[in-house]
Amino acid sequence: MKLDEVQRIAHLSRLELSDSEAKAILPQLQAIFALVAEMQAVDTSGCEPMAHPILFLRDLAQPLRVDQVSETDQRTVNMRSAPAQEDGYFLVPRVLE
Amino acid sequence: MSWHMSTIALLSKALAAKQVSSRELTSYFLERIAKGSRWNAFLDVNPALSMAQADAADEIRANGLAGPLTGIPVAHKDVFVTQGWHSTAGSKMLSNYQSPFDAAVVAHLGMPDEQNPTAAGMVCLGKTNMDEFAMGSSNENSAFGAVLNPWNPACVAGGSSGGSAAAVAAGLAPIATGTDTGGSIRQPAALCGLTGIKPSYGRVSRYGMIAYASSLDQAGPIGKSAEDCAWLLSAMSFHDPRDSTSLADSGENFARYLSQAWSEPQMRNPTKPLSGLKVGLPTEFFAEGLAPEVAKAVEAGAQLLAQLGATICSVTLPKTKLSIPVYYVLAPAEASSNLSRFDGVRYGHRTAQYTDLQEMYKKSRSEGFGAEVKRRILIGSYVLSHGYYDAYYLQAQKIRRIIAADFQTAFNQCDVILGPVAPDVAWRLGEKTEDPLQMYLADIYTLSTNLAGLPAMSVPCGFNQNNMPIGMQLIGNYFSEARLLQIAHQYQQATDWHLRQPSEVT
Repeated sequence: MKLDEVQRIAHLSRLELSDSEAKAILPQLQAIFALVAEMQAVDTSGCEPMAHPILFLRDLAQPLRVDQVSETDQRTVNMRSAPAQEDGYFLVPRVLE
Repeated sequence: MSWHMSTIALLSKALAAKQVSSRELTSYFLERIAKGSRWNAFLDVNPALSMAQADAADEIRANGLAGPLTGIPVAHKDVFVTQGWHSTAGSKMLSNYQSPFDAAVVAHLGMPDEQNPTAAGMVCLGKTNMDEFAMGSSNENSAFGAVLNPWNPACVAGGSSGGSAAAVAAGLAPIATGTDTGGSIRQPAALCGLTGIKPSYGRVSRYGMIAYASSLDQAGPIGKSAEDCAWLLSAMSFHDPRDSTSLADSGENFARYLSQAWSEPQMRNPTKPLSGLKVGLPTEFFAEGLAPEVAKAVEAGAQLLAQLGATICSVTLPKTKLSIPVYYVLAPAEASSNLSRFDGVRYGHRTAQYTDLQEMYKKSRSEGFGAEVKRRILIGSYVLSHGYYDAYYLQAQKIRRIIAADFQTAFNQCDVILGPVAPDVAWRLGEKTEDPLQMYLADIYTLSTNLAGLPAMSVPCGFNQNNMPIGMQLIGNYFSEARLLQIAHQYQQATDWHLRQPSEVT
């Protein structure tokens, strides 16, 4: 991994890193990926990826619920922690000019 | 009366016998929390709300409707959202967040109401400190400062549920909830001399539990004994249709085997209650890197189980070392996705100055997240990005399957697996903060059970020469929690490691 890659993944992660922050984090990520590289030595041919322990355990049908309204209107309480709002809407910077 | 030394089993008896009211108990523990602020175990308390719950619990008892846990105080890890207490997950990102609802675990343990008529009636004492978004093994990643270990304030309490462990060890709460994604219940329990259990994946509803890595996260109790953990886990575990990973048959009385012999309901030979039990010691768990004093204490634990009638054998978990890279690919990948919700739009921190949406996202997230969380998001984005997905993410998921299968091979030879929880006792504050990889390597014995989704617990089994607690880990097959707790309970009938108190705590 190189420095410009750190900035590329920072952008993908919607994180802002100063050059000095990126330089500080690079050797840490390199050390972690050196360890991660040990996985490549394992022969996993014919082995299915396991995304979820329950899938290993049993075939589990994804539970479905009836498609009906179950919650009452919680708008006020749900918007209580909004950083910026107006008339019951979340405010964000202008997206379309 | 020094109620802070009591197990909840004892508190339950005292409440039933009217020796103490929930109001008295709650006020006793709230006072201890106020006086015990040096441990930094709590992030938020709300005495008025706790006392109101205590009064409600006393009324339930007066009406003859009390259950075994009614009126017993409990502390919740700050990863569970709560109405009336802040819910920060140890992050600046959520420092002002007010949850509009209670997490399923909180509601189910709390006061009964229309939505939760069968709730346990426990009193919430407040919210405990934790590594930010449960990412860490020392509680030093909290945005609100590290938690100190009640056995030695110069040492870490472990993490990520370090506040819960320190609160119980310091006698600020009789029992606490925690969550475990890669060892976050078991390791702080071990480092603080406590008993903790991470149940099988799917046992406890994660509704209202702030997500870190969703295929690994699971909640459980940290307490003073296996019996206490069995009681709390029984109340925490139920089917919740709001969590798609909650198992339909998850509710169970986990205390049902506690006083039974392993192989028969009647204990014909009281000196050999574990007769018939086969305990497997994985050779990889006793290899290089394990502190000799920890190895000695865990081996002595195995010896004691043998004295109680168990047979000890050797098993192998060949991919143990690989569980570290596998975990540190999969957990960050899931975290990078889960934490994308923190964008400064609907809730959470928003930066003061920005010109467009892109800048608002980036600055809000960079200011709101701490260093370890950023590191894991970056790792996650990298392993999921184009060109690396197959080599890292998919390869890790494939090895995950091999790790889970290796456990099944081991369980063909034994009923439970025994090993250490952590390679060493609690380390000194600041000792590993400069080198994240060193911190990751210390998770070696706990990660694989999360990857497989197995239940595992931490049981105190001794002390090192500096009087720091050592924990041994019992790992069971899927849904064998009641059996793990039975073994731990029988062990705790024959030992008193779990009852020792830190000298710093009065």
